[in-house]
Amino acid sequence: MERFSLDAAHLLAGGMVLVSFMMLYQNRLLGLLNVFAAHAVVLSLSVAWQAYVQSAPHLFVTAAIALILKAIIIPVALHHMVLRLGVHRDIETVGGIGPTMLMGIGLVALSMVVMLPAAAEADPIAREDLALALSVILLGLLIMVTRQNAISQIVGFMSLENGLVLAATGARGMPLVVEISVAFSVLVAFIVIGVFLFRIRERFDTIDTQALDDFREGRE
Amino acid sequence: MGLILAILVQGIQMVLVLALAPGLIGFTRKVKARLLRRQGPSVLQPYRDLLRLVRKEAVLADNASWLFRNAPYLIFATTWVAAALVPTFAAGLHFSWAADLIAITALLGSARFFLALAGMDIGTAFGGIGSSREMLFATLAEPAMIMIVFTVALVAGSTQLSTVAEFMVDHSTLRVSLGLALIGLIIVALTENARVPVDNPATHLELTMVHEAMVLEYSGRHLAVIELAAALKLLLYISLIACIFVPWGMARQNDGVLGMLVGVVTWVGKLSIGGFLMVLFETAIAKMRVFRVPEFVGGALMLGLLGTLLLFVSRSF
Repeated sequence: MERFSLDAAHLLAGGMVLVSFMMLYQNRLLGLLNVFAAHAVVLSLSVAWQAYVQSAPHLFVTAAIALILKAIIIPVALHHMVLRLGVHRDIETVGGIGPTMLMGIGLVALSMVVMLPAAAEADPIAREDLALALSVILLGLLIMVTRQNAISQIVGFMSLENGLVLAATGARGMPLVVEISVAFSVLVAFIVIGVFLFRIRERFDTIDTQALDDFREGRE
Repeated sequence: MGLILAILVQGIQMVLVLALAPGLIGFTRKVKARLLRRQGPSVLQPYRDLLRLVRKEAVLADNASWLFRNAPYLIFATTWVAAALVPTFAAGLHFSWAADLIAITALLGSARFFLALAGMDIGTAFGGIGSSREMLFATLAEPAMIMIVFTVALVAGSTQLSTVAEFMVDHSTLRVSLGLALIGLIIVALTENARVPVDNPATHLELTMVHEAMVLEYSGRHLAVIELAAALKLLLYISLIACIFVPWGMARQNDGVLGMLVGVVTWVGKLSIGGFLMVLFETAIAKMRVFRVPEFVGGALMLGLLGTLLLFVSRSF
C-alpha cells in the first residue's frame, strides 16, 4: 500500500510535467487554454491524492480551489478574452517547437540534479514531488519566455503557480490560510493582467509583446 | 520430443500472425466505416484483395532493377520474422531468446530501408517523395523507439520481450516512466504504420501520402506481398504494446494447452481493442501537415527521454 500510494503520487506529479510539455507543444491559443485547464485538473487530482495519503482534510479544500478556480473560471474567462480580442484564429510563432522541447528536457534534468541531493533527507513522496514541481515551475517560466503573445504568457504564469501549489502540498505542514491567500492573490493578478491586456491592445493594436520593444524611450 | 513440440508452438505463432494480419486490417476498416455511419466492406475483404492480387500479372517498369523485384520479398521476410518473434499468446517460446527489442527494431529498420530503396528505384517523382518523407520521419521515430526500449529495459532489467512481459505480470506497478513510454510507443506506432495524423491509409494519389507513394509502382503478387507486410507491421505494433504494457492473460513458460488457448483468446481480444481504439482516435483527429509531423514524432522522442529521466527519480530511494 505504501508503495502504491508513492507510485500514484509520482504518476500524478509526472502527469503534470507531461501536461506542461503539452502546453509547450501547443501553438494555437484556444488549444493552449484547453491544455491549461487539463493542467489544473491534474493538479487538483494530485493534491486530492496527497490529501488522502497524508490524511490532511484541508488539502481537499486546496484541490477544490484548484479545480474551480483554475480548471473552470480562469480558462473560461481567458476563452472569452481571446474571443473578444479576436485573436482566436492566430497561430503563434514560437521559435521552433523542437528546440523549445529540448530546452524543456534540459530544465527537467536540471531540476532533478538540483533537487534530489538537496532534499535527500526528506521522505520519498516529498522529494519526488519537489523535483517534479520544480520542473513544472521551470517549464512555466520557459513558456513565458518563449511566447510572444501576452495571453500565452499569462498561461505560462498560471502554470508556474500550479507548480508552486504542487510543491506546497508535497511538503507537509503548509497552513490552509497561506494557500487560500496565494490562490486569491493569483486571481487578483489575473484580473490586473486582464485589464493590462486590453490597455496594451488599445495602445498598440496588438497583444504581441514584441511590439512593446519598438516604443521604448530613448531609441530612434 | 519436447524440442519438436516447442518448435511446433513457435510455428503456430508464425502462422497465426500471418493469418490474422489481414483480418485485423479488415476489422479496422469495418469499424472505421461503421463509426462514419457507412456500411463498410466485409472483414474478409483484405483476404480477397490479396488473393486477387496474387492471381494478377505483375507488371514491371522497363528500368526496374533486380532490387525492385526482390525488395517485396525482403520486406515481407524481415517483417514476418519480427512479427513472429514478438510474444503474442505465450511468453517463453522456443525462439524467445531472439525476441530482443533491439533486434526487432533493427529488423523493422532494414525493412524500411528496402522499402525506401524500392520507392526510388523506378525513378518516378512519387516514389522519391515517399521515400524522402519516410526517411525524414524515420530519423525521429527510430531514436524515439530506442529511447522507449531503454526506458522499458531499465524498468524490467532486460530487453528480451518474454522477460519483460513476465516481469510486468509479476511486478505490476504504476510507473510514470512506463506511462510516458506507452504514449511514445503509440505515437511511433501511428507513424510507422502510416495511420491518420501522419498519413492516410485510405487514400491514393494524394500529395501528402507517404507509404502509398513508395509502393505505387508495384502490382500483382509484389503488391500483395507488400500489403501483407504492412498488415503484419500493424499487428506487430499492437502486439508489442499489448505484450509490454498489458501482458495479462498470456501463457507462461510451462502452461499447458489450456493456458495457450486462453492466451490466444485474450490476444485476439487485445488486438481488437487496440484496433478499435486506434480507429476511434483516427476518426476524432484530422491528418496533420507533413511539415508538422516531425514535431509530432519529436514528441515521442521527448517522451522517451523524459521517461528515462524520471526513472532516475523513482530509482533513487
